[in-house]
Amino acid sequence: MSAITSEQVAHLAMLAHIEMTEEELASMAAELDVIVDSVKSVSDAVSADIPATSHPIPLQNVFREDVVGETLTAEEALSGAPDAEDGKFKVPAILDED
Amino acid sequence: MNNMLTLTAAEIAEKLTAGELTSVEVTQAFIDRIIATDGEALDADNRAAGKNGVNAYLHLNAEEALAVAKSVDEDRAAGKELPALAGVPIAVKDLIVTKGQPTTAASRMLEGWMSPYDGTVTQKVREARMPMLGKTNLDEFAMGSTTEHSAFGVTRNPWSLDRTPGGSSGGTLAALAAFQAPLALGTDTGGSVRQPAAFTGTVGMKPTYGSISRYGVIAMASSLDQVGPCARTVLDTALLHEVIAGHDPKDSTSLQTPVGSFADAARAGAAEGGLQGLRVGVIKELSGEGFQPGVLARFNESLELLKSAGAEIVEVSLPSVKEAIGAYYLIMSSEVSSNLAKYDGVRFGLRKLPEEGNVTIERVMGASRAAGFGAEAKRRIILGTYALSAGYYDAYYGSAQKVRTLIQRDYAKAFEVADVLVSPTAPTTAYKLGEKTKGDPMAMYMGDIATVPTNLAGVPSISLPGGLADEDGLPVGIQFTAPAHEDERLYRAGAGLEALLTEKWGGPLHQQMPDLETLIRDFNFEGAK
Repeated sequence: MSAITSEQVAHLAMLAHIEMTEEELASMAAELDVIVDSVKSVSDAVSADIPATSHPIPLQNVFREDVVGETLTAEEALSGAPDAEDGKFKVPAILDED
Repeated sequence: MNNMLTLTAAEIAEKLTAGELTSVEVTQAFIDRIIATDGEALDADNRAAGKNGVNAYLHLNAEEALAVAKSVDEDRAAGKELPALAGVPIAVKDLIVTKGQPTTAASRMLEGWMSPYDGTVTQKVREARMPMLGKTNLDEFAMGSTTEHSAFGVTRNPWSLDRTPGGSSGGTLAALAAFQAPLALGTDTGGSVRQPAAFTGTVGMKPTYGSISRYGVIAMASSLDQVGPCARTVLDTALLHEVIAGHDPKDSTSLQTPVGSFADAARAGAAEGGLQGLRVGVIKELSGEGFQPGVLARFNESLELLKSAGAEIVEVSLPSVKEAIGAYYLIMSSEVSSNLAKYDGVRFGLRKLPEEGNVTIERVMGASRAAGFGAEAKRRIILGTYALSAGYYDAYYGSAQKVRTLIQRDYAKAFEVADVLVSPTAPTTAYKLGEKTKGDPMAMYMGDIATVPTNLAGVPSISLPGGLADEDGLPVGIQFTAPAHEDERLYRAGAGLEALLTEKWGGPLHQQMPDLETLIRDFNFEGAK
């Protein structure tokens, strides 16, 4: 595995929606390199015939009765929003105009 | 120090029932203690300006706590029937949502946020009529092992103010060690109640995955997170566990299994002959190389005590634990990257506009998340995004999930010959502040080697005080682990060992603790920053 570059981290930061400065990208790349190097042995420790465990205590088909339970009121749901109008969340433009 | 503060929760409950104390008196004593020893980090309204201290609490809930205490006292005076712990105060980790108090997850992202609903465990604490003293500090979104990653200042270890209390539930366990609460709730994703319990000489329990509702617990890594009851004694931990356990339809991973008789198990373990015939498996990989000598000395001493009380000591091996840290950091960070996607500056939390250029929702998200998350949260989100990205998914996330299967198999095999497993909780005693946060990011992660395997396997595990290490005089934790659904065994084994150790010490470990108010008076807080 080759070293992780600033460009790779910039792509990951874009996917994760976190703006980063050039300095942050460089230091994150170096740190990520150390971490990935330390954890990559997991892929050598396992073989194709071992099943994956996604959940420690397996539960299947967890259903509930189809009845309306307690819900938040619109006012409560909007109470922590940075911006709201007419009972709705208010967001900046979705599309870039240029 | 006020004598009420050192009582156990069981003793407080007894004295309340007998009419020897009122809940208002007890609650007020803990509030006074918090104000005297926690320092300036509390809410502006509650703080004595310029004072320094432990900084275990992010929010003090004095008014509501006293109102609950008063209503309990009134109902008791009127002869009404009350729950077992009614009137006994409790501290709550600030990762658990609470109506009427702020919930921050120790992040700028949620600074000032008020949850419009209660978590299920919060609701259960209210139904149990326990006054909530306030919300305790943690590593941001529970990511860290030192509580230094809080956006609102570090928590200091009450045993030694230049040390961390561990983490992520550092504020929760430091509050117990500082006698700022008799009971507390933490959360444990990779050791987050057990390691700070070890570092502060207190008790922290991670129950079987799914046995306590996660509804209203801010999610870090959903397949690993579990709420943990914490106290200064094993019996108190068991009593609190009984309050918060049980099935919850609001959590789809919640188990249907009946709640155990944890307090009965603790009492039976502490009684004469309580450990007779218990098969205790010593984990070969977690009791030797890489562990501090003073930690191993206390651990071996506990093994001798267990043996003397009739327990049978056997050696077991968990060969796959050498991959546990790697698997844990891949799975945890992958789940973190997904769970923290909800902090987008739209529905709740911080919104920050970009400093230049167009204001679009995407750019607002990028700027808000850049400003709202600290360095460790960003590191884990980016690592998780990497582990889940095309081309790496199978090698990293997929392999880590297979390691999880191997670790589960190791435990299953070990439990064929042992009823409970035992190891030190952490390889060392409490870290110095700053020791693990500079330089190699793996340095902090490796300290979780003994605790993360149980979260990967979903099995229950408890840490209790095992004494002080000779080289530094700091607390050492002893960790017991049981098979899934067998949490009762941990209370039996834990209370049994605790009784033996308490007898050996001539009283509880905290009697050997330095006086906190003297430590605070003499400590150079300015120089330590």
